[in-house]
Amino acid sequence: MIHASLKQLSALLAEQKTSSVELCTEYLDRIAALNPTLNAFITVDRDRTLAEAKIADARRGQGEAGALLGVPIAHKDIFCTEGWLTTCGSKMLANFVSPYDAHVISQFKAAGMPSLGKTNMDEFAMGSSNETSYFGPVKNPWDLKAVPGGSSGGAAACVAARLAPAATGTDTGGSIRQPAALCGITGLKPTYGVCSRYGMIAFASSLDQAGPMAGSAEDCALLLNVMAGFDSRDSTSLQRDKEDYARDLDKPLQGLKLGLPKEFFGAGMAPDVAQAVEAAIAEYRKLGAETVEVSLPNMNLSVPVYYVLAPAEASSNLSRFDGVRYGHRAADYGDLTDMYERSRAEGFGAEVKRRILIGTYVLSHGYYDAYYIQAQRLRRLIAQDFIEAFKQCDVILGPTAPTTAFDLGAKNADPVQMYLSDIYTIAVNLAGLPGMSLPCGFGADGRPIGLQLIGNYFAEARMLNVAHQYQLATDWHSRTPEGL
Amino acid sequence: MQWETVIGLEVHTQLTTQSKIFSGASIAFGAEPNTQACAVDLALPGVLPVLNKGAVERAIKFGLAIGAKLNRVNLFARKNYFYPDLPKGYQISQFELPIVEGGALTIQVGDESKTVRLTRAHLEEDAGKSLHEDFHGMTGIDLNRAGTPLLEIVSEPDMRSAKEAVAYAKALHNLVTWIGICDGNMQEGSFRVDANVSVRPVGQQEFGTRREIKNLNSFRFLEQAIDYEVRWQIEQIEDGHKIQQATVLFDPDTGETRMMRTKEEAHDYRYFPDPDLLPVKLDDELIAQMQGELPELPQAKQARYQKDYLLSAYDAGLLTQSLAHANYFEAALKILNADDLMVGAKHVANWMNGELASALNKADLSIAQSPISPDSLAGLLKRSADNTLNAKLAKEVFAAMWAGEGEADAIIEAKGLKQMSDSGEIEKIIDEVLAANQKSVEEFRAGKDKAFNALVGQVMKASKGKANPAQVNDLLKQKLAG
Repeated sequence: MIHASLKQLSALLAEQKTSSVELCTEYLDRIAALNPTLNAFITVDRDRTLAEAKIADARRGQGEAGALLGVPIAHKDIFCTEGWLTTCGSKMLANFVSPYDAHVISQFKAAGMPSLGKTNMDEFAMGSSNETSYFGPVKNPWDLKAVPGGSSGGAAACVAARLAPAATGTDTGGSIRQPAALCGITGLKPTYGVCSRYGMIAFASSLDQAGPMAGSAEDCALLLNVMAGFDSRDSTSLQRDKEDYARDLDKPLQGLKLGLPKEFFGAGMAPDVAQAVEAAIAEYRKLGAETVEVSLPNMNLSVPVYYVLAPAEASSNLSRFDGVRYGHRAADYGDLTDMYERSRAEGFGAEVKRRILIGTYVLSHGYYDAYYIQAQRLRRLIAQDFIEAFKQCDVILGPTAPTTAFDLGAKNADPVQMYLSDIYTIAVNLAGLPGMSLPCGFGADGRPIGLQLIGNYFAEARMLNVAHQYQLATDWHSRTPEGL
Repeated sequence: MQWETVIGLEVHTQLTTQSKIFSGASIAFGAEPNTQACAVDLALPGVLPVLNKGAVERAIKFGLAIGAKLNRVNLFARKNYFYPDLPKGYQISQFELPIVEGGALTIQVGDESKTVRLTRAHLEEDAGKSLHEDFHGMTGIDLNRAGTPLLEIVSEPDMRSAKEAVAYAKALHNLVTWIGICDGNMQEGSFRVDANVSVRPVGQQEFGTRREIKNLNSFRFLEQAIDYEVRWQIEQIEDGHKIQQATVLFDPDTGETRMMRTKEEAHDYRYFPDPDLLPVKLDDELIAQMQGELPELPQAKQARYQKDYLLSAYDAGLLTQSLAHANYFEAALKILNADDLMVGAKHVANWMNGELASALNKADLSIAQSPISPDSLAGLLKRSADNTLNAKLAKEVFAAMWAGEGEADAIIEAKGLKQMSDSGEIEKIIDEVLAANQKSVEEFRAGKDKAFNALVGQVMKASKGKANPAQVNDLLKQKLAG
């Protein structure tokens, strides 16, 4: 049952061949057995999960028949979940039990999907390897020496190892897509504003977006149907008609124009990644797609632009963690300033501090115009590049990450090298576009490779269609790591 | 050397919305600490602000009332600093592109009229309160006030004396309460004034270095603080010191200002546009709707009173010193329903600006707290207009009304204060008096005028002071002649 898709699980539940309690028990047992090795979860609470499963079973017993009613899911520990520890991977919030549910969490609760627990992540979603988590790194299920990617590393690893059939993630610069690629699963970042950010602990507000992570594009479509929707509590949430993201899955790809940005295919991409992406392009041509070369001339600016804007917003967003009302407060302190300094020095890890410092610097008097304003200007140019590119194609295709998963510890000494692992994903957040990653092969080291699709604004359904057709023709997404 | 004072004011007005500017929590004053602070106000992880449209509408009304430019697209920014009663570690305010820019307000100082220009007015959220007492070396935090909507109104440095500053503050106070965007309650902090004060030699073009006096919550303190500050600055300069730009606090107990921080210690607030809030767009429809909801403004009303009722500028000014005054005046005038509107208006104005104002002043009450309603006052004025009461009796009835003894007619009845104007009744009393005072009658007839006065006195006494004295005179003369 653990290898079943969401659709299959839903059918088993509908046919009463299993119950939500049974299903959750099986996953919980698997978590109990494997999480000590993988460290994909920060919090597991068997009783709570089973209580939620019982409610789902009772709802089904009363004749309710939601598409995912009773199917469990794991939530990234960035989502506030009422009554659960919500740590955001940080010592700062190691003791924080949320008194309320994030909008995304309420949506899953309303759909009757029990929570299997809270997944590990880079501290405050700042990282690309899950190594900045206060709760220790997550191991890549394909190779325990490798990182799972980040920041949604726990989510990606738990889906890859089938500790959960699905998980939520968040993506600020690639935090869903890059770990999905490195762990060989499918993950989608929607258009900015499609999923409410209410209750999702903010890293960089203008870039953060929640999305689904699962075994296939089809599963992601079903999950997005639950997650997406207007929420009046988030001013950046978009008021749009409810749509069925699975509606176009079965459309053939004849006539599809796939855009290949030349900037994606230059130096920097590892040969095995390049080979796998080329093979995927060949597969798409077989499926009836045409390819067109497009250009994103300002792509090379996306990493520096991102590392001005995201830290700027983060430096302000993280000011609320001051030890006054909740979270970590230093045990010993003198005056007020000392309390702030010690609480924050103790509560935040090195990467978070680095970004707070960068952000504070770029917003400071005398530097603001040169950094923040300039970065905003360039951000608009980057978005404009995509708008131009989409005049020539329907969906953009390229690699998700330049390499397969790297070894734990390999990039810790060099933040810039770490930042460059998001080079293909960051521009998508800057432009606010939807993007996804799906498995397209394995590297020389046997670690998974991800293919990135980028859609036009609100073209999630089209993007999912393009991914699904590929997954009908290939089986990369149904491979699972051995030995687990 | 002759010195000139230069003053600009920044006024924080709390807006009269039901809920906070970015959350649904109530802003009612006086609740138990932290009972009106929701997840958003506490800045829990993950919460987001949503702009209260009511705050925007009130800012629009203000902009329209002062003839300012409304920025059709205006922005919220984050002002970053750490303080325990600032839960997010930043205040959401407007920095570049405030909602209101420019505009002006006319003030009256003595006989002089003067225009004070406004720089801008912007929306922002209030902070919470730090409570340093009662916690034994610790600080208590009350976040009920956190997120309360404020409109910060900034003037140009156009005022030249404490008196002008007070006149401006009062005119502004009148306007914001008049148009209903602020309750004006200064004790509760709904209208707080910061004064930027500098001095310069008369004739000098450039401004002196200013010091900002923070958080003045009464017009009296505003005047005292500026007067002290001006004296202090002149002394400093005359003693050869330079004024350092600083923020100071006024201590009402000592009547002095004292330094809080200098410019060097000022924060770098690292303002940047708040990514959680979209730019605010004002459309024509909303602006037109707000324009339609604005009442007749104080200056327009004053002019109309002068024109329609021929009231003096002084009287009309007093009647429009607040919307409550104008409403009182108009309600009383309506009930009075005088044959001659101008006579009626003058009558009401005289009583409001005379007896009523002085009674209110003595009791330290506002017009809204008057124990005598406009209906009741009109009831009294009716009896004065129809000669039921002479001036002396009217004041007596007013005093009884003030003391809560009821409506004018009831008091007149109960106390028998009505003039006796029925000649039959008066004649009856005269007959009795003449019969009982034959001696005086004879003296009068013998040519002693004094005896007449004695008889009048006897009649008045017998009528217990109620007889109309003029009638008594006439009737007595007739009787004695007959």
